[in-house]
Amino acid sequence: MPDNILHIENLSMQFGGVLAVSSLNLDVCQDEIVALIGPNGAGKTTVFNMVTGVYVPTNGRITFKGKTIAEGYPESQMKKLYAGDHTGEYSKLISNTPDRITALGIARTFQNIRLFKEMTVFDNVLVATHMHLKANIFSTALGLARAEEKRMREETAYLINLMGLSPQKDELASSLPYGKQRHLEILRALATKPHLLLLDEPAAGMNPQETDELSAFIYRAREALKLTVLLIEHQMNLVMDISDRIYVIDFGKLIAQGNPAQVQDNPDVITAYLGVEEA
Amino acid sequence: MKKEMKWLLSLATLALVVWALTALEGRRNEYNMLYTVLQKGMILAVAAVAMNLLNGFTGLFSLGQAGFMAIGAYVTAILTIPATKLPGVYYISGVSQAILSFRGWTDSLPDWFQTAFPYLALIIGGLVAALFAALIGYPVLRLKSDYLAIATLGFSEIIRAIIASPQLNLITNGSYGLKSIPKLENLLVTFLIAAVCIAFIVLLIRSSYGRAFKAIREDEVAAEAMGINLARHKQYSFVISSFFTAVAGGMLAMYMRSIDSGTFKIGLTYDVLLIIVIGGIGSVTGSVISALLVTAAKEWWLRFFDQPLVIAGWEVPLFRTGFRMVIFSLLLMAVVLFYQRGLLGHKEFTWNVLMPSNWRKWLNKKQAGGKRHA
Repeated sequence: MPDNILHIENLSMQFGGVLAVSSLNLDVCQDEIVALIGPNGAGKTTVFNMVTGVYVPTNGRITFKGKTIAEGYPESQMKKLYAGDHTGEYSKLISNTPDRITALGIARTFQNIRLFKEMTVFDNVLVATHMHLKANIFSTALGLARAEEKRMREETAYLINLMGLSPQKDELASSLPYGKQRHLEILRALATKPHLLLLDEPAAGMNPQETDELSAFIYRAREALKLTVLLIEHQMNLVMDISDRIYVIDFGKLIAQGNPAQVQDNPDVITAYLGVEEA
Repeated sequence: MKKEMKWLLSLATLALVVWALTALEGRRNEYNMLYTVLQKGMILAVAAVAMNLLNGFTGLFSLGQAGFMAIGAYVTAILTIPATKLPGVYYISGVSQAILSFRGWTDSLPDWFQTAFPYLALIIGGLVAALFAALIGYPVLRLKSDYLAIATLGFSEIIRAIIASPQLNLITNGSYGLKSIPKLENLLVTFLIAAVCIAFIVLLIRSSYGRAFKAIREDEVAAEAMGINLARHKQYSFVISSFFTAVAGGMLAMYMRSIDSGTFKIGLTYDVLLIIVIGGIGSVTGSVISALLVTAAKEWWLRFFDQPLVIAGWEVPLFRTGFRMVIFSLLLMAVVLFYQRGLLGHKEFTWNVLMPSNWRKWLNKKQAGGKRHA
């Protein structure tokens, strides 16, 4: 695929004896909304954590816009290493910290909301623009970077306005209702100016009306900001409603992929979700 | 309240403070206790605000304050003790030739330099401490919460032990300490230096970097996911906080006029910690108010309990030297029990307090809170 911005190749993650993700291949193309679904504990969040640099994969490679952002030792070379053969050319271990991944243009939200609770809605979004600040700490403190500060505030106000949170902008993040907190978390991720947005169960714990509002919110963000979205979700109406393609994983393995209609009818997916019918 | 009104009130208060301080300067002997309390209180306020930058705004629980204050105090002292008095101060083991020749050189410089030099010495003390902070910050700031506290506490004690060690007799005068440190010129100057330090920290907190610090305090994982480089920002906060802590240490040396390694025991860190806990972890104005209140209570208002009290020929048994500290501790417990977040919590003092409508709001909140409990 020529226009895939995220390319995951043969990705594995092992925690002790548990293989959380095993040889996963996944592609996200420009302007797509791709969903990653699967039962609880299937390894979805682990994939996110590897993409965002929280974990270094045990094996495989993640490429973002043609640039390798995370890489484990390819298996054959690992064997060489174990055999004590260090002469072989093994790839340098690439690992990025989460802040560097964000700087490259991948922003994320969290499964359990992680807002800056004691800060206002406006400041929550504003602080996400901090990474684009070029002025050093002294000139910023002494007010020599006013122009940049002004630009950051304008960007923040624009985003908040665009996504319809202006009425609450001076409230504390913790005082928002649950659905709005989810919106704010996405909004905060958008302020880092990402190309790829990773949403980890954005509709968890939402009622149907809030879920509808959320899919409208995601659409609006995508249209206005030309976003590509990869999301993990359990609420099937949201997934079927907004995603272009779906990947289904179970026990760390990819069991199905395709558009919503294909996935819905796939027998493996039904088995993974509902279990095997007893004879 | 209107913005102009607030400015007016602030300016009026400022003028009042300047007037009061100049008036007090002239009658120093009459109001000796007030003078002392204001001076020491302001110095501790700088240390408290610097500690609050680290503990309250960045969420890094560090207990290295006394160590950084010691560095600032010793550097300032060595640089400012008059060259003629140096042999007298180091009468036991003599003074290092390097210090003597350096001081000889600085004393030969013109008058304007002599006037500015004490302030320069404070800044140099701060820079030395900042250098130490940068060096230990790299390994130590990877630690979380209580581990960081233990590591910085250890650092502080190591600094104290090094200062007191006989190997450094020629520089720090070992365990004999340093004397004849010139005093801070007057109260107004103390306030001015404190104001400049606190103002810089406030500007920093209000800037984009300050918001990043708060984000780290609120949620490290989310802050990092928002592109904030944790190691770098923690280092900034640690180094800048240490700089101002050391400036406060230098001012403390100038206030006390004689220091030794015992001055910078862990108790000093606790004094500062106490101030920020009472004032509100995360409130600059809270720290300043609380620094003045705590110092006044400790040094002045509670003195009464240290004097023997005789009522109708019966001597009340508990009133004797040291009893004021018992009362002080009891008050402290009361504050911690009833104002868990300190006097101001995360909030700052604003002139809005003067608005009657805000009192009503506050009262309503109290009542509503009371009902919920009942």
